[in-house]
Amino acid sequence: MDTFSTLIQVLDSTLRLATPLLLACLAGLFSERSGIFDIGLEAKMLVSAFFSAAFAYTTGSVWIGLMAGVAASIVFAGIHGIASITFRGNQLISGVALNFLASGMTVLIAQSWFHQGGRTPSLMGGARFEGVELPFAIGPTEAAETGRPLNQLIAEAGPLQQLYSELISGHSVLVYIALLAVPATWWVLYRTRFGLRLRAVGENPAAVDTAGISVVGLRYSSMIIVGVLCGLAGAYLATGLQAGFVKDMTAGRGYIALAALIFAKWRPWHALGACLLFGLLQALALRTDVVEAFFPFKMPVQLLDSMPYILTVVILAGFVGKAIPPRAGGQPYVKER
Amino acid sequence: MDAMPKWADMLLVPLISLLLAMVISALVILGIGEDPWAALKLMVQGSFGSTYGWGYTLFYATNFIFTGLAFAVASHAAMFNIGSEGQATLGGLGVALVCLALPWPHWTVALVAAMAGGALFGAAWAFLPAWLAARRGSHIVITTIMFNFIGLAVLNYMLVNVMRPEGSMDPASAKFPDSTNLPSLHDILALVGIPFSKTAPANVAFLVALVACVLVWLLLWRTRFGFELRAFGKSESAAVYAGISPTKIIVVAMLISGGLSGLMAVNNVMGEAERLVLNSVEGAGFIGIAVALMGRNHPLGVLLAAILFGFLYQGGAELALWTSIPRELIVVIQGLVILFTGALDNMVRMPIERFFLWRRRNAQAGE
Repeated sequence: MDTFSTLIQVLDSTLRLATPLLLACLAGLFSERSGIFDIGLEAKMLVSAFFSAAFAYTTGSVWIGLMAGVAASIVFAGIHGIASITFRGNQLISGVALNFLASGMTVLIAQSWFHQGGRTPSLMGGARFEGVELPFAIGPTEAAETGRPLNQLIAEAGPLQQLYSELISGHSVLVYIALLAVPATWWVLYRTRFGLRLRAVGENPAAVDTAGISVVGLRYSSMIIVGVLCGLAGAYLATGLQAGFVKDMTAGRGYIALAALIFAKWRPWHALGACLLFGLLQALALRTDVVEAFFPFKMPVQLLDSMPYILTVVILAGFVGKAIPPRAGGQPYVKER
Repeated sequence: MDAMPKWADMLLVPLISLLLAMVISALVILGIGEDPWAALKLMVQGSFGSTYGWGYTLFYATNFIFTGLAFAVASHAAMFNIGSEGQATLGGLGVALVCLALPWPHWTVALVAAMAGGALFGAAWAFLPAWLAARRGSHIVITTIMFNFIGLAVLNYMLVNVMRPEGSMDPASAKFPDSTNLPSLHDILALVGIPFSKTAPANVAFLVALVACVLVWLLLWRTRFGFELRAFGKSESAAVYAGISPTKIIVVAMLISGGLSGLMAVNNVMGEAERLVLNSVEGAGFIGIAVALMGRNHPLGVLLAAILFGFLYQGGAELALWTSIPRELIVVIQGLVILFTGALDNMVRMPIERFFLWRRRNAQAGE
């Protein structure tokens, strides 16, 4: 195994692992920019993972699964909205509650629906997102034509073709959607009227209200965007990255996304960078042989696992530039007293 | 002037919230094709129907008293300590290191030393987030969440690479020596002639938890520091004007909070498992948030709410044992209780406030 193809493999899994983080991170970005803390990203990803897998299995169509997952995620975002916008409750507590609810509810429903110990059956064929073969890339079609294994074909190609076929081509469509969501988020946030108002409502809702724009309406619309993005993230976990739902399969990704959001200081392009970095760390934790080749000493895998959290604390400590959250974050808006 | 009388705030609002959570839970049980009434009966029978059930209920309650008090103390200083989970994890490490360090002559000595170890490690794990919050303005919620994960990684490392006995495969410490084993409630109650289940895990740590409730109450409402802490929590600017140091309050409140979380390990690690395993905290840190919310951040309320959650835990375990309802039902009920008593508090409170205002207005009009 030569270094170059190992590198491509690591980067390839970095991209796959960064995708759910990126989608959830952008969700958190919309939420926090509108002034709503959301530590329940995990919950929304989890319900979406379950419902997308369950519906994809039952109907045999991954697209119906995706829609079901997004719908479930929007419902959870809506509950968070009702608690924190309409009833002006504590947004952190609502997040904690929803995380519990999602963790228990998914297993409960999975058990009474499929009777497989709280998981969905494995997804196959059209119930999963297959890799998209970009033009000119070596993919399964070429492998079928020549009758030779795919990795052999790629290994024989030139380095540029290897990079293109292995790293850029062949991912599920949700990976490309996640990457496109970054410029889209930037554009919405900084180049549209809605984005300007959304940023304003996270900084100074009273000013937005004075201008005659509905604070509640803006915040609820950001909740819907959060629901959609987390829904995509969860669906990717269950129907793209893996083949089916298992208990607590988000495994703290919602919190890593939150860490990435702070790492990126609430900015879309930086979010991409942070998520790729944290994705790389996750990919390296799976490939300890690669890590050992690079470091002279034995790197504990636990250190790699907790690296995103340690880096976030360092950023929060303000030693590497200051991380200033949106000013009105976490405070319910009261129109008049 | 408060809109409603104190008893309504302390009792009526949490009880109605709890009722709402229970109704939705019943609907969930109906939804998965089981009988909610039978489930409730089984839960009550399983957790209060025998001394065995009581023993488990009180064992779980002991964990929740510690984490509930931890959250309550931090809350009074306006700190949202979501890091109990990590602090209790590290507390477990402290307790295990103490228990394994020396050949302790008697459990009483070991208990005191283990309490010191657990509290110290728990407090240490709360120190950095507290200091960063006080000095660098870092958001305590995010830092303590991050420390939960880092704590888990530390424990994982210690168990796999350092504390695992030679030849053992599972990531757990060696068994603690017999002289550190705490007497169970069975042993204690036998002294006064009360029969109690021998197998249930409730132990002397429950009494420690009760003492902790009293001490926290004394600290918060009967000492100068407690007054400063509550004053700071109510209004930071007023407290600063009165000459109270924010750094001192934040750091000390969080140290006490972390210490209480760490003390939990005396119950679950030393009292029950008698060795350190991965994930011994099992979410008790987060349940502490719910317990403190229900108990309105008062030690007595925390005690009652902890017993309620102990009942939910033990009842849920019985349900999983005797019916086809998975154990995860408790997690759902927990989530609903936190949602209704915490996040949707105003949904219940606003109509009740309106009712009391309406009644008062009527009474004034009648005069």
